[in-house]
Amino acid sequence: MSRLIAVRVLQAVPVILIVSVLAFLLITLLPGDPAVVIAGDQASPEAIAAVRHNLGLDKPLIEQLGIWFIHLVQGNFGSSLMLNQSVLSAMGERLPVTLSLAALSILITLPVGIFAGVIAAYYRQTWVDTLVMTLALIGVSAPAFWIAILSILFFGVYLRWLPTSGYMPFLQNPALWLRSLVLPALILSLFQIGFLARMTRSAMLEALGQDFVRTARAKGLSEWKAVGKHAFRNALILIVTAIGILLSTAIGGSVVLEQVFALPGVGRLVVQGILARDYPLVQGVMLIYGFAFVLINLAVDLLYTLLDPRVRYD
Amino acid sequence: MTDLAVGAVAGTLAPRRQFVLLRRLAAHRSFQIGLVLVVLLGLAAIFAPLLTSVDPSAMKVRFRFRPPSAAFPFGTDNFGRDIFTRVLYGARVSLWIGLVVAVSTGILGAAIGILAAQFHRLDSILMRCMDALMSFPAILLALGVTAALGPRMESVIVALTVAYVPAGARIVRASALVVRELDYIAAARIAGASNARIMIRHMLPNSVSPLLVHVTFVFAYAILAEAALSFLGVGVPPPTASWGNIIAEGRDYATEAWWVMLFPGLGITLSALGLNLVGDGLRDVLDPRLSWRG
Amino acid sequence: MSALVSIDKLAVQFRGDRGWVSAVEDVSFDIGEGECVGVVGESGSGKSVTALSMLRLHPRGTARFPSGSIVYAGLDLLHAPERDLRAVRGRDIAMVFQDPMSSLNPVLTICDQICEPLRLHQGLSKAAARRRAIELLDLVRIADAARRVDEYPHRLSGGMRQRAMIAIAIACRPRLLIADEPTTALDVTIQAQILELLRDLRAELGMAVLLISHDLGVIAEFARRVVVMYAGRIVEDAPVDVLFNAPRHPYTEGLMASMPPLEGGADRLYAIPGRIPDPDEPIPGCRFGPRCAHLEPVCRASAPELVAISETHRVRCTPRARPGVLA
Repeated sequence: MSRLIAVRVLQAVPVILIVSVLAFLLITLLPGDPAVVIAGDQASPEAIAAVRHNLGLDKPLIEQLGIWFIHLVQGNFGSSLMLNQSVLSAMGERLPVTLSLAALSILITLPVGIFAGVIAAYYRQTWVDTLVMTLALIGVSAPAFWIAILSILFFGVYLRWLPTSGYMPFLQNPALWLRSLVLPALILSLFQIGFLARMTRSAMLEALGQDFVRTARAKGLSEWKAVGKHAFRNALILIVTAIGILLSTAIGGSVVLEQVFALPGVGRLVVQGILARDYPLVQGVMLIYGFAFVLINLAVDLLYTLLDPRVRYD
Repeated sequence: MTDLAVGAVAGTLAPRRQFVLLRRLAAHRSFQIGLVLVVLLGLAAIFAPLLTSVDPSAMKVRFRFRPPSAAFPFGTDNFGRDIFTRVLYGARVSLWIGLVVAVSTGILGAAIGILAAQFHRLDSILMRCMDALMSFPAILLALGVTAALGPRMESVIVALTVAYVPAGARIVRASALVVRELDYIAAARIAGASNARIMIRHMLPNSVSPLLVHVTFVFAYAILAEAALSFLGVGVPPPTASWGNIIAEGRDYATEAWWVMLFPGLGITLSALGLNLVGDGLRDVLDPRLSWRG
Repeated sequence: MSALVSIDKLAVQFRGDRGWVSAVEDVSFDIGEGECVGVVGESGSGKSVTALSMLRLHPRGTARFPSGSIVYAGLDLLHAPERDLRAVRGRDIAMVFQDPMSSLNPVLTICDQICEPLRLHQGLSKAAARRRAIELLDLVRIADAARRVDEYPHRLSGGMRQRAMIAIAIACRPRLLIADEPTTALDVTIQAQILELLRDLRAELGMAVLLISHDLGVIAEFARRVVVMYAGRIVEDAPVDVLFNAPRHPYTEGLMASMPPLEGGADRLYAIPGRIPDPDEPIPGCRFGPRCAHLEPVCRASAPELVAISETHRVRCTPRARPGVLA
């Protein structure tokens, strides 16, 4: 079994390498001369040359790639042009915001989504199922940023219940921190709950249709046990897959919502970076996120071996 | 584990069974509703010039901030532009982008998936690349690509295709792998069937069902993603109307003219809803695993 | 002699694409204490439906019982509340299913799955249940039981899995064991072993067995009494030697004729012409009529009743049930 873990970990290595190369390619893909694009149309030739030299764009591509990897090994993820700060530190300042938002939304999503999916599957084709699935459908179809703006109008401006924007660090004032994150987290979780409910329902339907659930009933086990222990344990494999996907969509969704709610998180940083043509910043953030998710996917993969004994003896 | 399990789903269909499936599809209630929605919206987009004689960029400053009325069904924005017209033309952009992304994802995903399944050495490289791409959240990846290529409709299409192809390739590969292990493929190979023949005549049909379901959902995701990108300002640039950037523009004066934001958002929601329903219907009918009738 | 389980005029309907469809009708037979009854029929004959109905194991909402009763120990299993039914399931009446791979939960150990009924019905502690589970695995002749008990189902061979399923079923010493096609998914040699195991267990534990199969050989080998089903109805019910040597119903005759002769030398095997009717196909009179070589006008005029032509032999065929008719 530890062999299996080692194999999985080794398989992640080439993926990390490719992620690094992809992030590297970001600047290379810029149409025309990257230095010109970054420096801006109005920049003087000297400024353009300075940019070119600072970013090492005057060196041959292979050499650039080599330098890139050396920097990575040293823990240097680049430096932001507009902030005059290392990408790592810029990101580090803003990561707590994004992580708070994502964590809060997942905390809401997990119980609601799984519960909704399970009861929709169990009461298949009754009004419960229809209601839950309709709500889930709307959740995955309505654009989050649109709902966000509408709810800011409603809750923030009209009702004045919640702040319309801004963020309060947790350590300064926990209550206000929560208040500033509640609305964005709820809206972020709308899509996720819808998605998780739908996937959970599918997984549960499949599990409930399996023969071993019938065997469980034939033993005299209560519905609760048959569904909860037998069906759910099997559906868990697919549900964990869904949750892995949700971690990804949570981060992605936070990019847009941080903009709407003016939360100083990493997502907002990326957007600002793109608009300001601060490509090294964008590169660095993409890279760090890429690494993070390779690790998360690896963790999910390893989680499978815990959940599904059939996988252990690959 | 999941790959092979997913692959065991689809199967090559004999003609009679296809008719049965089509009939079941037509009777599926969600599918019906979804199809109607999608067709209506699609027709509205296609026939936009017929439905409104107004130029979407025409600014009539005299009529700025008019609420919905007979003359302006969806109201006007701060430049006096007719929102109804803008939403219809925006539909053309947003739906078109979604469609192209969905189709490209299907074709590329199928190609990569089948090649990976057929050629073992190619498999490792291709799948590691797909894994790498899938390590980025889709929006982030799309942001990166549009940042690199500049904010244009074409870059949005490329960006979103890049974001969604890996999942499609995975799905196709899983189905194609199942085919590769079948006994009759070994027999066909002994009889001299070429790689190309096996790939096209056997692997491809087996992958069509799950791929079709996936691509339908990709259409929905793409519409939502394009809206988000355009809203952020890195997607379709103004003055071209897309649902996303109409909402972005409308946001600045949301308190004065809420209708500017409302209707494009409804458009996005209804399109995604319709496509999700169609996807659900396709999945229920085509996926034998879920045909267990409770 | 009062029967252990008495099925009386059982009718089962399924939810089809277009409303409720009759799967089984007018099924009545008794199972006595320690009796060994076989139910034989082709796919679609309703034999599995009947078996599942005894413990109401159909998936939620798919089946309904418009009429009839299944009585065990004074309880009508068809209409009893869930709580009472659950007390019977796994304890007094247990079931073994066809495909042991899919009938066992892949993510739980064998021990876990055997201990469930033990802890539920007999209140055993974890340790006691585990000891009993190992005993049971020994009883069903799984070698190295102490080690095997902690395995997951996919690590066992097909035959071992079926033995494990049997162990689960007999864990609480049920009075009736229903075996639905227990050998169909297994190799022929394993089939023989499993049947032998069932026979020995029956003798040791004194339980009745209801064996369902489409395989005449298995039925002949195992059952004392046989119930033949066709298109959702019982067409013949007789002791095994009577059934095989002197069948009354044309369908049973056809089944016997289609067995390959032991001596060999058959160029072509006989097959009953025609096909099994769909459950909602309307057929006037006897449902076997369209395929019957001895069809008479009365067969189409009215559906035949299940009639006792001797104390132990019943047949559903109007011409053949007439008194004085020789087989």
